[in-house]
Amino acid sequence: MNRRTRIMVPAVLLVALISLAGCKKKSEPNLTPAETAPATAAPEPTAQITAKPGSISAGDQVVLSWKTVDATDVSIDGIGKVPTTGVQTVTPSESTTYHLVAHGDGGTAEASARVVVSTPPAVAVPTNTMTAEEEFKANVQDIFYDYDTYDIRSDAQSTLSHDASYLDSHPSIKVVIGGYCDERGSDEYNLALGQNRADAAKNALVTAGIAADRIRVISYGKEKPFCSESTEECWQQNRRAGFSMDQK
Amino acid sequence: MHGMRLGYRFTVPALALLTILAALPLRAQDWVRTGTNLGNEKIRLAAADFKPVSADPQTPTLKAAFDATLYSDLGNAGIFDLVSKSFAPQAAPGTPQEVSLAQWAAAPANAAMLAFGSLSVANGRVVVNGWLFDTRNTANPQVLGKQYNENATEDMARTIAHRFADEIIYRLGGGINGIAETKIYFISSRSGSKEVWVMDYDGQNQHQVTHLGSISISPRVSPDNSRIAFASLGSEGWAIRMYSLELGRMVRFPGGAAGGSNQSPAWTPDGNRVAFSSSRSGDPEIWIADLNGGNLRRVTYFAGPDVSPTWNPKTGTQLAWVSGRTGLPQIYIMDQEGANIQRMTDGGYAVSPSWSPSGQFLTFSWNRKYGPGAPGGQDIYVMDIASKRWLQLTHDAGSNDFPSWSPDGRHIVFQRQVGGQTEIWSMLADGTEQHPLTQAGTNMMPNWSWK
Repeated sequence: MNRRTRIMVPAVLLVALISLAGCKKKSEPNLTPAETAPATAAPEPTAQITAKPGSISAGDQVVLSWKTVDATDVSIDGIGKVPTTGVQTVTPSESTTYHLVAHGDGGTAEASARVVVSTPPAVAVPTNTMTAEEEFKANVQDIFYDYDTYDIRSDAQSTLSHDASYLDSHPSIKVVIGGYCDERGSDEYNLALGQNRADAAKNALVTAGIAADRIRVISYGKEKPFCSESTEECWQQNRRAGFSMDQK
Repeated sequence: MHGMRLGYRFTVPALALLTILAALPLRAQDWVRTGTNLGNEKIRLAAADFKPVSADPQTPTLKAAFDATLYSDLGNAGIFDLVSKSFAPQAAPGTPQEVSLAQWAAAPANAAMLAFGSLSVANGRVVVNGWLFDTRNTANPQVLGKQYNENATEDMARTIAHRFADEIIYRLGGGINGIAETKIYFISSRSGSKEVWVMDYDGQNQHQVTHLGSISISPRVSPDNSRIAFASLGSEGWAIRMYSLELGRMVRFPGGAAGGSNQSPAWTPDGNRVAFSSSRSGDPEIWIADLNGGNLRRVTYFAGPDVSPTWNPKTGTQLAWVSGRTGLPQIYIMDQEGANIQRMTDGGYAVSPSWSPSGQFLTFSWNRKYGPGAPGGQDIYVMDIASKRWLQLTHDAGSNDFPSWSPDGRHIVFQRQVGGQTEIWSMLADGTEQHPLTQAGTNMMPNWSWK
């Protein structure tokens, strides 16, 4: 008797569930359009944007990272239309507020991130106030990679062509490319991946006409990270090919 | 009627599933225990405190070091059910004449085997007499009788205990050499830079080996304990470098530097060749060279990282390694010509293989749920190569990497990162008895000596 009851309980529940589902289906045609509207309304989009670091000297790079949910059309003032989620480097010459607007079926969301630039605007031509090193940094910018890949991203292509044109017009400068990875995964594998990243950046510069013997490549893997927090933003900062003047 | 049939349909599979789940963990560990010579039955062994038989003031210190080391070695062996010291009969027997086997065979000790003996110190020498007796063979109980005579230092008292423990383990553990005298090489940044360090297998006696002031990683000791191969960062990238343990200084390895990344060395079991990852062809691939740099040749030909080779120590003709040729890193095996490539892992992020001494298993670090935004656990696994059946050894405890087999195949040493701290841990090859060997600073990439 007892055993029979135990078996019957789930069965009864199941029957009840099926009949409930049946009821709902049957009553649906009776609903007016007004009643159905709230159920199908598109969710309101959400948006976030960060700029790291938040204060820089003129000529330094800032990494903008943004993320939106339920948005179809996203733009950032001064940059234009951008993917719904992304990362991009910028070099603001003066203090800037990056204002992001995300339009979606459910409305509009906005977010902004401010970067304070502490010295007079940097220019891309030599001035008396900039050392060769500073000028190099202002003009040859690092590129970033997606996780566990060494493909050159589309946002890195334009950075690289800018880097190449500066190196092309300064033929005496030699460059070291460091390959970096985020903190996740194995040291040995990341060292190999960092090598692939730095070599990919080197190959892109060589393709753009820079002599291979002007470029030295070192993989740092997980050693010497730029950022040490365990966040996606920080990991993105560390997945990079970093350019510096070869002083050797 | 309809409802009743549904009820059965839900209940029967649920019961069957519960039965399978209850049975799985036991069966899963059994094949590893059998394959790694841990066995499924443990011998009930007692280790008596040794009897001090000298008045020298050093006696108590050396006896304490000896007793603690012997007890810990036998406990670490993985094949004994060691009798708790609190169950031991009160009088410590120093000679076969003084031992009462019946007392040790009876409850609460219930020992099947008993190790006992005496320790004395005189004229700067420590002398240990040790026996192993079968408590149930009263007519002819002696399994082992040994005498040791060494300089009277704490280090030598520990060394004697290691040797005696290894004799017992060899005798009772199916003729497999114990590991109490083996070493573990590792990387530590305690001195301010990442250098090669060494310690006894139990974490004792830690000291720095290299003093290069650069960044050194991936130490691998040669099978005869004469050299350590590792990778160091220099101005031209990473080079494979060699330290001679016999000469106490760096020695040349001609094929090891070529610009770019040369790293993750692996010795053949005969010690004559080294496999490593090199980007000299423009992409990190696996290369093999003789010790003098001769016969340098490339064995992998795929774009993407190829790294972390490990030889089959049984045959010396096959390699396991890590390749990113399909995206996330996976474990592969191949023969030394680069042919007969077989992928071992079916996904996730799999790195750092180490091949078991028997040739039967791989251990490696695997994150089966790796992906952007969803970092899963990086854990140590054991895989049977023929069947690709695997067992997860670490669970929910930090990020685990760089497993390395002990020469007896019963133990695995690995690195565990919890928060910002990375330490070296040891465990049995079935994942039990996990315990840390280092406590301070950053310690990583352990490599167990071959003997």
